[in-house]
Amino acid sequence: MSIALSELQPGQEIGRSTLEVSRADLVRYAGASGDFNPIHWNERFARSVDLPGVIAHGMFTMGAAVQLVTDWIGDPGAVLDYQTRFTRPVTVEDVDGTPGAVVEVTGVVGAVDADSSTARIDLTVTFNGQKVLVKAQAVVRVW
Amino acid sequence: MSINPELAGRSYPAGESYQVGREKIREFARAVKATSPAHFEIAAAQKLGYADLVAPPTFAIIVAQQADAQLIRDPGAGIDFSRVVHADQRFTHHRPIVAGDELLAELHVDNVRAMGDGALITTRAEISTVEGEKVATTLSSILVRGEGQ
Repeated sequence: MSIALSELQPGQEIGRSTLEVSRADLVRYAGASGDFNPIHWNERFARSVDLPGVIAHGMFTMGAAVQLVTDWIGDPGAVLDYQTRFTRPVTVEDVDGTPGAVVEVTGVVGAVDADSSTARIDLTVTFNGQKVLVKAQAVVRVW
Repeated sequence: MSINPELAGRSYPAGESYQVGREKIREFARAVKATSPAHFEIAAAQKLGYADLVAPPTFAIIVAQQADAQLIRDPGAGIDFSRVVHADQRFTHHRPIVAGDELLAELHVDNVRAMGDGALITTRAEISTVEGEKVATTLSSILVRGEGQ
């Protein structure tokens, strides 16, 4: 796939994806990242520190959401800058047969910079209809 | 326990280097549900012009959080890890991280802002190779929640 900078327009949608998240995903992310904070795997502990339940690592959601961008551009190394604020927790239920949480991701072109040959992709990431990431922006190099 | 307001401006020198391994890139990529072949197959990464497997865009968090741990474990900082919530995060890549890199992270506490009984702490990790090449700058804010927050 090849994307031409000249064909990108602010507001243009690059795609959308649905992330199904399970408790197993959080355990896997904890192991891969080294972030073993028990709020991400221990319900008792999470509630004892006034959280609604086990919550996903913000970095899990951030890391999984950007896949929409890397799949679109076709090169994970093209993501030059990526930032977000974490505004709401993604509570992941302990259930069998259905996902513990469903996160929706949409990406649109936020800006195009011909001088640096980059585009800013703005991600909208929601859980239960509410934004969990705010100002989620990835700047990608477009050849 | 309260946050030491004098943390701002403090720096922690890089500890031991972090060796970026192929299996770690594959493991981390699976954990963030990444499917790009450049994370898994050397030939696919080379086709994109990289010497070896390319790390996902948020991989540097492993190195940054190891550097952050120096601050969180510092008894003088007054941070209760069980009350830490991640508030924001930014990665600026000077070049992609690839398997075989040996990385160092120097940590800077850029800002400390009191929020009720808690505090918002912003740290910056400057990540470079052991040879001195700049690789990534990460910015992270953590909210240490006070009681009842």
